[in-house]
Amino acid sequence: MSANTNVLNSASGLPPLAKSAGRLADVFWLLVVIGVGLGGLFGFNGRMDVYEVSILIGAVAALAAVGWYWRGIRGLSIAVAALTAIALWRYGVHFGDQLSVGREALAAVQGKDFFLKFLVSSQSAIMWMSALYVGAAFTYFLALLTRTEYIGKIATALVWSATAFGLAGLFARWRESYLINVDYGHIPVSNLYEVFILFSVVTALIYLFYEGRFKTRALGGFVMLVISAAVGFLLWYTFDRGANVIQPLVPALNSYWMKIHVPANFVGYGAFAIAAMIGVAYLIKLKLGGDGERDMLPKLEVMDDLMYKSIALGFGFFTVATILGAMWAAEAWGGYWSWDPKETWALIVWLNYAAWLHLRLTKGWRGAPMAWWSVIGLFVTTFAFLGVNMFLSGLHSYGTL
Amino acid sequence: MNLAITLLVAVALASIVGTVLQQNQPYGDYLMKFGPYWFEVFRALDLYDVYSAPWFLAIFTLLVVSTSACVIRNAPSMLREMFTYRSRVGENEIRAMREHVEWPHLPMSVEAAAIEGRRVLMDEGFKFKETRVKEGYLFSARKGSLQRLGYILTHVAIVVICIGGILDSRIWLSYQEFFGNLKVETRSIPLSQVPEESKVPATNPGFRGNVNVPEGSQSSVLFLNVRDGYVVQQLPFDVEVTDFRIEHYINGMPKSYESDLVVHDPKYPDKTVKATIAVNKPLIYKGYAIYQASFGDGGSRMQFNSWQLMGASAGTSQPVAGAVFQDMPFTVGDAKYTLELNDFRMFNINPVPDEHGKIQEKNFGPSVVFRMRDAAGQAREYENYMIPVVMEGRPVFISGMRDQVGGVMRFLYIPADRDNKMDTFMDFYHRLHDSVLIDQAVMSMLAEVNPEAAKLPAASDAIRSMVEKFVRGGYDAIGSDLEARVPKDQLERAFETSARVLQTVLSRMYVTMMEDRGVKDVGGEKDERFLADSVAAINAMVFYGAPIYLQMVSFEQIQASGLQITKSPGKNVVYFGSMLLIFGVFMLFYIHPRRTWILVRESERGARVLFATTSHRKTLDMAKASRLMHEAMVAKFGMEPTKAGLE
Ligand code: HEM
Repeated sequence: MSANTNVLNSASGLPPLAKSAGRLADVFWLLVVIGVGLGGLFGFNGRMDVYEVSILIGAVAALAAVGWYWRGIRGLSIAVAALTAIALWRYGVHFGDQLSVGREALAAVQGKDFFLKFLVSSQSAIMWMSALYVGAAFTYFLALLTRTEYIGKIATALVWSATAFGLAGLFARWRESYLINVDYGHIPVSNLYEVFILFSVVTALIYLFYEGRFKTRALGGFVMLVISAAVGFLLWYTFDRGANVIQPLVPALNSYWMKIHVPANFVGYGAFAIAAMIGVAYLIKLKLGGDGERDMLPKLEVMDDLMYKSIALGFGFFTVATILGAMWAAEAWGGYWSWDPKETWALIVWLNYAAWLHLRLTKGWRGAPMAWWSVIGLFVTTFAFLGVNMFLSGLHSYGTL
Repeated sequence: MNLAITLLVAVALASIVGTVLQQNQPYGDYLMKFGPYWFEVFRALDLYDVYSAPWFLAIFTLLVVSTSACVIRNAPSMLREMFTYRSRVGENEIRAMREHVEWPHLPMSVEAAAIEGRRVLMDEGFKFKETRVKEGYLFSARKGSLQRLGYILTHVAIVVICIGGILDSRIWLSYQEFFGNLKVETRSIPLSQVPEESKVPATNPGFRGNVNVPEGSQSSVLFLNVRDGYVVQQLPFDVEVTDFRIEHYINGMPKSYESDLVVHDPKYPDKTVKATIAVNKPLIYKGYAIYQASFGDGGSRMQFNSWQLMGASAGTSQPVAGAVFQDMPFTVGDAKYTLELNDFRMFNINPVPDEHGKIQEKNFGPSVVFRMRDAAGQAREYENYMIPVVMEGRPVFISGMRDQVGGVMRFLYIPADRDNKMDTFMDFYHRLHDSVLIDQAVMSMLAEVNPEAAKLPAASDAIRSMVEKFVRGGYDAIGSDLEARVPKDQLERAFETSARVLQTVLSRMYVTMMEDRGVKDVGGEKDERFLADSVAAINAMVFYGAPIYLQMVSFEQIQASGLQITKSPGKNVVYFGSMLLIFGVFMLFYIHPRRTWILVRESERGARVLFATTSHRKTLDMAKASRLMHEAMVAKFGMEPTKAGLE
């Protein structure tokens, strides 16, 4: 117990001048975000319905709020905005204000424009994202093994950059879908390829939040391992199956619900994945003899607590996502619950973590069994996420392999 | 509590069953898959409709009952606790708490210490109660009590959602069926023949069913699928589909579809409701929700040329008219057949390699799907395209054929002529069934290449018979004929010779035909290709196995809108429960409940202070918050405590 364990409000330790400069930056952040939001609102006014306007307002409010408390988000937003702006600028240079130009024209430009070819077309941005996440995994482990702080910092920077590229890649893809054909235009969260990018990005963000909050990089390698697995799948899916090709939406998916249901789900999946990887780290540490003097990994107790936090976060968002899914189903399929395999597996995942939470909170279970369970939980979640699409058929067969 | 966890896991495991085994398929499929023994075992276990199975509902009910019991047991004390301060704790009790600290000697008055203590509580946002105790003050404080409400909301929500779900379930139907008032219909018969005992009155409190309504028609019933059959749900109104529209993306995928509806309600005869529904945009009419669920054919009408493929009249055609869902008997020679028109498709998007070998989506245009059933009941399925499709640079009429359900399609490609018609090929095919014409061609060929042989009837007979064999049985027939007559080592050569002779005869007949048809510039690559394609088509007729070729010449498309209509009395209950659940869960996780006591009493040299925190939720955050508060007190009092139970 000592005063320097105060990590909650580290800003309070700053000298007054820095503090007021910080406050100024906070306000500036709000103004910028709101300005951009208003720009979007008026810029696209004619093309959005009332739901989309509400979603935009909600998204801007959420971004403003998250960035207010978590400064890292600001730098990320700027990087994503800059990368996206480059993409839009290059497309603008080639196509002027044409709304769509067709697949061939788009591919031709992507093949010859330097920026698009090597940096910011969705495909190249996603490749950067993939490489950087995998690189981050190695770097984190290197930092862990060599106990070198600045290597750890590099790893963190890699994750931030990968995330910026991932998000910019999604935004560029959004634009590209319109460029191919106005009718094809849709937010890129509609199939397995797109949500794997979303999964990587969201998982990385949740991880980065915990990294900053708990001041430890020791778990980074473990979390990046899951993300690298996702990236591996993504690459296979791209090169073997050509899944990166932008396709139009089937009518049932053409709904504003998709914009909120899918991202909410992925906060859940991401948090569960992190919990599982903390579980892995926990079990490894336990195997190596538990807490000691020169620990590389955080204290068992801390990891146990983090595991709970991730699962709680995931459970909350997964609850919301499932309910949103039910409301969408009521509109698209005529019933909020059809016992469709995807729905049912969402319920299974949810019940599984409800059981986990009960055991921990009401029976006070801690430690190895709970760590094992959260690792197994990831397999259940992965099945709901991927397995259902691969092995079971049903109404949700939008992203088949 | 153990029961609760067990039940959560049990429901999860039970749910898996229904996802692994596809539910509510035709029972014949299950029988094929599992064999008679396991089919019966699984049926006895209700595995084909798990989510309505009594055992599944029993586990679910148990979960609901146990959750209700849990709330009922815990809620009163939690509610009480939410609004009370524990101001009757004694000094020793506080000291016995794990996270406590003590300042035995503070150089300040009791009042001054109390003021500091109060300030810390206020800074930290606690609600507290101040009580006078012997020689001092006790502050009993609490924070985050709403977390308990989170528990209550979460668990009440589960119960509410399940009740809503039960309201929308098929319990009423099951009840009627159990007491024999309702019989599930498994035959596929017209609506007018469905017996009364398979009809459900409009008073059914909740249902979800489907019906296909052709454009311009209306329906006052729905079909509810029950296990391997259905029951007919009656509606208190008529839904009329006046128009159905579908939009496609340029690659031919459906982009959106919508129907114009008119609802005729006998209760309000002069107030018809008109609306347009689309996917994701239902119409809500008096508690009934009408969804655009699917689309299909509503009995499109078509005109055909029916080309004979066998016998002397092969290659001639008659006009025939038909409509989807119509069965048409016909005879060829003595054989009786039934033609069952199953579907009309306006668009057929298929991936085709272009001249650079890149796969492109291509629209093949309208097609008709039908079955041809012989007198023995054996059927083959066909899909014929109306317009010739350009394949490898040449236009062809395509017909797909499969001889069993779900089997692989094999294709017959009939070359289209210069007018993009089938006539030339059919003329040729017709001539090949005319032995006089064949004879003429053989004779003229022989006269040219071998005048001696032309005089021997045996030679011309042999060639004519070979041509006829080819027309009836393709190259295979020629091959097996040669196999029977020629020694093995000469077989290949003999076959080559025969093929060459056959080719020559066919070419002659082709040229003659073209001259007869008045075509001037016969010859050249185009004609060679056409002839080769025709020969390939004739060779393929063997597997095609149909007595006629049905060529669609015109159509009038009538679409049907697939509607899903639901009455869902529990929906709002479920939504209300869902809202409770969301609030409850976030309150449970993100409100951190704590209780704190500060006891200030006189000591010999001033004041002594005892401080302790507890929480029923022991997490690191809680310990940290407790530590921070302790630090705040150190700052206020200007000295470290002597005893600390904090870690
Ligand atoms: C579908 C059924 C249930 C679900 C989804 C569910 C969900 C939850 C959740 C999410 C929590 C939050 C854990 C926390 O952070 O405190 C919780 C806590 C709890 N549940 Fe349940 N529960 C269910 C059934 C039950 C049943 C049947 C019981 C009792 C027999 C029960 C007793 C409790 C208790 C005592 C807590 C701890 C409250 C606390 O520590 O604040 N639950 N439940």
